[in-house]
Amino acid sequence: MSPAPETLQLVMGWPDWLNLFAHFLLLSIMSVGGAISTSSEMHRFLVEQHHWLSQDQFNAALALAQAAPGPNVLFVALMGWHVGMNAGSVGAALFGVLVTMIGIMTPSTIITYTAARWGHRNRELRAVRAFKQGMAPVVIALLLSTAWIMASSAGAATPGLWLLAIASGIVIWRTRLHLLWVLGAGALLGALGLV
Amino acid sequence: MTTAPHTSPGEPQAQAQAQAHPRPQSLSDLFISFTLLALQGFGGVLAVVQRELVERKRWLTQEEFIEDWAVAQIMPGPNVVNLSLMIGGRYFGLPGALAALGGLLAVPLLLVLGLAVLHDRFADNPQVAGALRGMAAVCAGLIAATGLKLVAAFQRSPMPVLWCVAISATGFVLVALLKCPLPWVLLGLGGLGCVLTWRRLQS
Repeated sequence: MSPAPETLQLVMGWPDWLNLFAHFLLLSIMSVGGAISTSSEMHRFLVEQHHWLSQDQFNAALALAQAAPGPNVLFVALMGWHVGMNAGSVGAALFGVLVTMIGIMTPSTIITYTAARWGHRNRELRAVRAFKQGMAPVVIALLLSTAWIMASSAGAATPGLWLLAIASGIVIWRTRLHLLWVLGAGALLGALGLV
Repeated sequence: MTTAPHTSPGEPQAQAQAQAHPRPQSLSDLFISFTLLALQGFGGVLAVVQRELVERKRWLTQEEFIEDWAVAQIMPGPNVVNLSLMIGGRYFGLPGALAALGGLLAVPLLLVLGLAVLHDRFADNPQVAGALRGMAAVCAGLIAATGLKLVAAFQRSPMPVLWCVAISATGFVLVALLKCPLPWVLLGLGGLGCVLTWRRLQS
């Protein structure tokens, strides 16, 4: 069947939930660079292969998690929520949140925790020091890249948004003004349609 | 913002007094601190972590932060989640890691689900959409500012500053402009940085 535009009605049996869980466990192991880097694979699995999620729901999950406070990985919870809602109930939606979040979090958490403990215990080893200090330039490059990508997708339309991004960057870089003031100013300018 | 040719550090004195190294008082201190962090992080929490844990609470120095973040970045899982696990685990072992992780996720999860329920009403409102766009632009500036602050750490790197800047600039071009896949950049350029540092550490 082709993906219906708005409403999907699913019957999710235990094998389906298990399939979903197993897939997210697998994605977790591959999620170097964050869960967001596996989102194209989630799209293939949830939207194209199984039709558990509509395209609109997929897009909304990504955008909403980006706009809400908290780590971006919560877009995964929203996907589980929508799959459950498509299966017909709030109970199923909450179950979907549990399945996807526990799936995406558990393997990576175990791997990272174990590796970080080892690294901390052996932090005087030359190899460990070389790794941590040698990665610094790339770490900074990734931060600046993320900023660039965010600004160019948010500010694609208007120079005003670019200006706002640059101005707030300078304010935050040079002052210790609390972040929420800057965020609030950005929200206000946006709501008034000034940028 | 453009790439990072700034070699002059922003706040030279701020990190000098890091000998007095405060630490989280308890598991609930960790949980609450990370909850507050998460609630300030629109569009990602990383920049807020640097601001709060390095500049305000001083649980980490600038160098420790950048080193931990390198590890958090290269491990599977969301960076900020990994960072919370590492910081929590360092002070209180596994319970600390779980407290920090729980703080980071619990309240924001409820919030985002609430937003999902209300989403239909929000989506058509132009003011709300505008406010979200404005906040996204501020977030971009915030993340760039975080990167620029960390450039100060180049001066304490075993590598010459010029090499650091060259690697950073190349990384920016590869990731931001040419959209190279992240694992390649991490392995290639990151590996180069590690090898160069390793050789300098020998002498």
